[in-house]
Amino acid sequence: MERVYLDYAATTPVHPEVIEAMIPFFREKFGNASSLYSFGQETRGALEEVRQRTADFIGAAPEEIIFTSGGSESNNMALKGIAWTARERGGRILVSAVEHHAVSEPAAFLKKQGFEMVRIPVDGQGVVDLDFIRREIDKKPLLVSVMHANNEIGVVQPVAEIGRLCREREVVFHTDAVQTVGHLPVSVRELNADLLSCSAHKLYGPKGIGFLYVRRGIRLSPLIHGGDQERRRRAGTENLPAIVGLGKALEIAGREMEAEGVRLTGYRDRLIDGLLKKVPDCRLNGDRDRRLPNNVNISFAYVEGESVLLNLDFEGIAVSTGSACTSSSLEASAVLLAIGVPAELAHGSIRITMGKWTTEAELDRILEALPRVVAKLRAMSPLYPGGKNG
Amino acid sequence: MAETKTPYSEKVMDHFRNPRNVGVIENPSGVGKVGNPVCGDVMELFIKVEAGIITEARFRTFGCGAAIATSSMMTEMVKGKTLEEALEISNKAVAEALGGLPPVKMHCSVLAEEALQAAIEDYRKRSGTV
Repeated sequence: MERVYLDYAATTPVHPEVIEAMIPFFREKFGNASSLYSFGQETRGALEEVRQRTADFIGAAPEEIIFTSGGSESNNMALKGIAWTARERGGRILVSAVEHHAVSEPAAFLKKQGFEMVRIPVDGQGVVDLDFIRREIDKKPLLVSVMHANNEIGVVQPVAEIGRLCREREVVFHTDAVQTVGHLPVSVRELNADLLSCSAHKLYGPKGIGFLYVRRGIRLSPLIHGGDQERRRRAGTENLPAIVGLGKALEIAGREMEAEGVRLTGYRDRLIDGLLKKVPDCRLNGDRDRRLPNNVNISFAYVEGESVLLNLDFEGIAVSTGSACTSSSLEASAVLLAIGVPAELAHGSIRITMGKWTTEAELDRILEALPRVVAKLRAMSPLYPGGKNG
Repeated sequence: MAETKTPYSEKVMDHFRNPRNVGVIENPSGVGKVGNPVCGDVMELFIKVEAGIITEARFRTFGCGAAIATSSMMTEMVKGKTLEEALEISNKAVAEALGGLPPVKMHCSVLAEEALQAAIEDYRKRSGTV
């Protein structure tokens, strides 16, 4: 039986064209981009070409792009980099309640160092409270960080509006766009972003590469010292094969993104409608319309997510869950709790994320399997009122 | 059937996929219900006791793979045991019988141990032996 991969938000397979583009940079074009001889200058040329392409893709200038090891590094660099350039400790950092751990944990770390962390609340649909930001922004925080779209529930935040508020008050604004670059149009000008994070492996590029956009004039303390690379903002020999892979992935996204968005939105709506109709006692998590084209997140009452995940895995179907039982912290998804999903329903949440190689036939598979798996687990759940001696 | 690779042992996955003794016992000798849905696991264990020996055990569990597998294994292990013998079955013994659990999942096996203790306590209360 063909395996069905429905966890594209976790990571994507690398596009074959991306692999092809990378190979010469492992073999003949292996030179260190800092070296003066031809081996080095060849790779330097490729590096700057990708930088230009990356900048063009998000409406930035090439010198505003810093290549990093991916989303986590970009987010850490944005938060710590801004905090550490502040002359004194104790400034305020505003972070939304639904950020990825790669933002919320650096924020918590900075809090331990004496910065003040303010959580921006979200409503029941997962959208941040703009009025809260409006009020807080008058207190001149060091930084506001709100993700472009959420990795768990796919909710797209009103980032352009937040960016405008920040720009008006000259407050630095960072957005984690790991889930959107290559999937939705992203323009740093339209979003009024000062900092923007991206990771290649979410858009059919390789793992271990991403970038941080840093608007001209924004001062940022580096995380990694040790060389002149990336205009001294990020030391380390450039990962050329991966950088070239990122460039190719962006090029492909540029030509395919729009049609893919339309196709996946249709799939998403079919899955949501199908599951809500076929399975009693379940709910969609996150706003239905302000949502990534490829994201479905549904909680099934009376069952636990890891059990659902494992049962689907037996049938070759890969999804993810917000249950505590798949995290080492033993706590249910903070994102689901933040939008007001009761803990027992958060444990029963399943995230399905689709992508380039998702087919209608695969939707049929999960639409058949998931209701059956949930019914099987409910039959053995002491919480299920439909069961015996409920 | 697709080939699967999970963090669990084959035995855990066997008990998870084909749990033994699922369900309820009508007129049980004792029932133990432990855990909390907020924490993501609840186990209900029914036992039948005859002449001081557990003759039947059935369960229903809301929980992860480890919680369901340890529930299933526990019902197998207590059958035919005296109450005293049954009370000596630790969560570690259940985990060992399953070929081990990932460290982060060890706490799930406590659920089965607690359910058994609760069921035996319930039996003793009902039969007036406490």
